[in-house]
Amino acid sequence: MTAALMLELRDLSKSFELHHQHGARLNVLRGLDLRLHAGECVVLSGASGAGKSTLLRVIYANYRPSLGAVHVRHDGRWLDLAKATPHEVLDVRRRTLGYVSQFLRVIPRVPALDIVAEPLLQAGASPQLARQRASEMLHRLNVPERLWSLPPGTFSGGEQQRVNIARGLIVPRPILLLDEPTASLDATNRAVVAELLTEARAAGSAVLGIFHDEDMRDQVATRLFPMQALEAA
Amino acid sequence: MSVLLKVRNLSRHYGTRVGCEDVSFDLHPGELLCIVGESGSGKSTLLNTVAAQLAPTSGSVSYRQRDGQWLSVNALSEADRRRLAREEWGFVTQNPRDGLRLNVSAGANVAERLMALGMRNYSQLRGIARSWLERVEIDPERIDDAPTGFSGGMQQRLQIARTLVTQPRLVFMDEPTAGLDVSVQARILDLLRRLVNELGLAAVMVTHDLAVARLLAARTIVMQRGRVVETGLTDQILDDPQHPYTQLLVSSVLTT
Repeated sequence: MTAALMLELRDLSKSFELHHQHGARLNVLRGLDLRLHAGECVVLSGASGAGKSTLLRVIYANYRPSLGAVHVRHDGRWLDLAKATPHEVLDVRRRTLGYVSQFLRVIPRVPALDIVAEPLLQAGASPQLARQRASEMLHRLNVPERLWSLPPGTFSGGEQQRVNIARGLIVPRPILLLDEPTASLDATNRAVVAELLTEARAAGSAVLGIFHDEDMRDQVATRLFPMQALEAA
Repeated sequence: MSVLLKVRNLSRHYGTRVGCEDVSFDLHPGELLCIVGESGSGKSTLLNTVAAQLAPTSGSVSYRQRDGQWLSVNALSEADRRRLAREEWGFVTQNPRDGLRLNVSAGANVAERLMALGMRNYSQLRGIARSWLERVEIDPERIDDAPTGFSGGMQQRLQIARTLVTQPRLVFMDEPTAGLDVSVQARILDLLRRLVNELGLAAVMVTHDLAVARLLAARTIVMQRGRVVETGLTDQILDDPQHPYTQLLVSSVLTT
């Protein structure tokens, strides 16, 4: 039995045209093909500048691809995010496609617990259930309970990152994009994240991520996808 | 999802000068859309034309009202337009003194729009006014004070309470945080963010501040010289701007 295909990139290219830098053009991705199945964890590997983060951002539709297609299985049908309307993209992000970056974008005055609960609320859960699940996530990621009612602006880098992971993983989504979510975590918490990812995969999620830490990569990766900087290639 | 507001090829000229030109967009229920651009780019003209406070030179605005009927906003009589503004819409002005009645109490400012909808029971009105003052973080003990004695930030929060008390389905906001200190701005933005979510409001907000758009709006429209130069997801526009003018705007933001 083969696992379901969840994400398919076809001939994907991305370049940035900088109108105010004398029309400079940065080519970052060219002609890229990638297939991601349910239950696998593909780790992007390659040196800094190879376009790994750019690729994740293009898939999340945070960047617009210059050419090619980003096919996502959403509600059992295929949608090309390169051609989708903003409302379609938002719906895909709400229910199908999760993205966890290295940094928490802090919202002034909103307590950590509410920041974590928000995506679940938006997915339609009751406030009570959302807060309960958020507590469980924060607890599991060893964020001390005394911090839950505080806005994370003043938290340490590692604490913010754990709040960010809790927020990113609270809604079980079929496709997860992870951009070094464990960069400033200690070994104990990295192990918790590895465990959460294993559970997500067992539940059928497809994971595509960037992990510089080799231990972490060995723990979570089912396959590597090597990338190389275009200008150097 | 069904559309709430349809704007098509909307233009507003001032004599030979262009205010806004050929603007089209849809707004869905529960969605907050930001219009960004520099001073003079036509943001406020567009907002006022969509909100039927200015007559368009050409184009159309259609609104699906509570009962599901589509209204052609430009074709409404003055009385119908006022009914719409009273019953289904709200407008928050940049300067709270333009949106408040300064010579009556804070409580009366909040209750007034409810009274316009026919609510007459004094103690009920007072109770609702108190709870709304609390909701926008104004001490309810100040219910009988006139807003002239309030700080700018308090006045703006009072205007927000006055506008939202009738539970409008669509709110127009013109730079609601522009004249305020940064710390006061953060409080108002957080409040707006929370209320928009809780009440499931749809809103169109004009701002020159890209950080405000990032915080509040899923979608953004960028305007320059009266025209839309770029439109789409807010994070896409801010992180991967395509148009030279948007790139200039984004690169001019100071980051801390």
